[in-house]
Amino acid sequence: MKFVVAVIKPFKLDEVREALGALGVAGMTVTEVKGFGRQKGQTEIYRGAEYSTQMLPKVKLEIAASDELAPRIVETIQHTASTEAIGDGKVFVLDLIAATRIRTGETGDTAL
Amino acid sequence: MIRKMFATAGAMGASLAVSAAAFAQEAAGPIKAPTPEQMVGMVDKGDTAWMLVCSALVLMMSVPALALFYGGLVRTKNMLSVLMQVFMIVSVAALVWVGWGYSLAFTGGGPFIGGLSKAFLIGVDGTTFAATFTNNVYLPEFAFVVFQMTFACITPALIVGAFAERIKFVPLMMFVIAWLTVVYFPIAHMVWYWAGPDFLPDAPDDYGLLWGMGALDFAGGTVVHINAGVAGLVGCLLVGKRVGFGKEATPPHSMTMTMIGASLLWVGWFGFNAGSNLEANAVTAVAFVNTFVATAAAAVSWAVVEQIHHKRPSLLGAATGAVAGLVAITPASGFAAPMTAIALGLVVSPICYLFVSTIKNRLRYDDTLDVFGVHGVGGIVGAIATGIVADPALGGQGFFDYTVFPASVGEYDMAGQVLTQLKAVLLTVAWSGIGSAVLFAALKVTVGLRPSEEAEREGLDLASHGERAYNY
Repeated sequence: MKFVVAVIKPFKLDEVREALGALGVAGMTVTEVKGFGRQKGQTEIYRGAEYSTQMLPKVKLEIAASDELAPRIVETIQHTASTEAIGDGKVFVLDLIAATRIRTGETGDTAL
Repeated sequence: MIRKMFATAGAMGASLAVSAAAFAQEAAGPIKAPTPEQMVGMVDKGDTAWMLVCSALVLMMSVPALALFYGGLVRTKNMLSVLMQVFMIVSVAALVWVGWGYSLAFTGGGPFIGGLSKAFLIGVDGTTFAATFTNNVYLPEFAFVVFQMTFACITPALIVGAFAERIKFVPLMMFVIAWLTVVYFPIAHMVWYWAGPDFLPDAPDDYGLLWGMGALDFAGGTVVHINAGVAGLVGCLLVGKRVGFGKEATPPHSMTMTMIGASLLWVGWFGFNAGSNLEANAVTAVAFVNTFVATAAAAVSWAVVEQIHHKRPSLLGAATGAVAGLVAITPASGFAAPMTAIALGLVVSPICYLFVSTIKNRLRYDDTLDVFGVHGVGGIVGAIATGIVADPALGGQGFFDYTVFPASVGEYDMAGQVLTQLKAVLLTVAWSGIGSAVLFAALKVTVGLRPSEEAEREGLDLASHGERAYNY
């Protein structure tokens, strides 16, 4: 099993969710995060006090997937979330050792 | 402005005959030194209703207007502490006012301070009256007491912005009680106490020091704004900078709250300025209009300055400009005309902008919410400008010579008046500066002013009050 973590621009969330749904992805966890890469923030000024914000708001997706589905998930996210601008984000894949469905106790691929 | 004049009701029967005789004699003009029984007939329901409404408006300026204006500008972890400080200062100040404040400010005694003859409002009741600026027009004394009370409540509350996010609650309350007593009440007495238009001609020295010098302060540019502004500056210097000042980001947590606060301040300020006329008449309407347009001009002016300086006008700038305009027009509100009020608004914003950005950053002092930059500097600009805009040659209202009965329009000398205004400003700065410094220093070395660094980092909401402003 694989664990796919993607950090994308917030306004891309709905598009990505729909595209993944079409792939057969049944669920995901979404978190609002702050971060930066090559995209820089803005300078905010409050009564002469300047703040340069390094952090930009992003959305993080976490998806547990079978080994077969994971590469297609990565590809789908990359195509859907891209705006061809700096700050589009990144997708990571981690090895997932175990997964359990809490309601039934199922484990392994059937728990995904 | 204020004045105190009241009388206690005597035996109605005996006085009726006297009044009848007096009326028969003076039927042609106003009555000099009226008796309490005569004053009863000199009270107008419109004036009384207006003054009570104004009192409610000025209370609203403190809670919630000032509380939200300041609160939105601090970090979430300190929001509740700001709300609590303002709320409790209003409550404590109200009690101190009816305890000894009203008496010290508005009874005779000397040029610097009154006496305790009306402490705990002894002798003040439903049959006593306060004078206005018009011969033979009176207010129920309680209406005057409560209106002035709202001023005593908001002035100390203004100060806390200067050392927001790093002050201990109980020492702050102790400071407020002491500061009102030795700084606010004397200045209010010096600027606003006098014997009233019907009594002054017979008691030509019965006034506060600055009133007697001829200083003009319609609604409290010196008494409230310069006073609080200077006290704030002294306070932020003695309390010291916030932990992490200059290194950590501390942007406002809610500009929404700040805008709500600024808007309510504007609306409430009509009570503050127009209500200071103590009657509902044409001058009241002048003060009302001036308060509206000066503020509008100042908001526009600040936005233009930011557009030029930073290419983007900000809401904080517009709101701050509006408040600066309100502060500047305060002493001039009943004296200026709308066009000169607009000029004052346009001029005060760039000056305050200079103080809150360039000068504050260069001198590196942590006047967190710009109490000195806006209230202190704006008050100084407004107080001096009052000498200019009050000139009838510029459309101003001029002043009344109350040493004669009935009062008559005085000869206006702009240069002389501006000089008098300057003296009033300097005296207020000195009195507030020295008085505040002594009090802050005394508290600093005894009970301490600052919370521990750990408490400051955690946030005053939790550390001082065991509560959070936001639970989510």
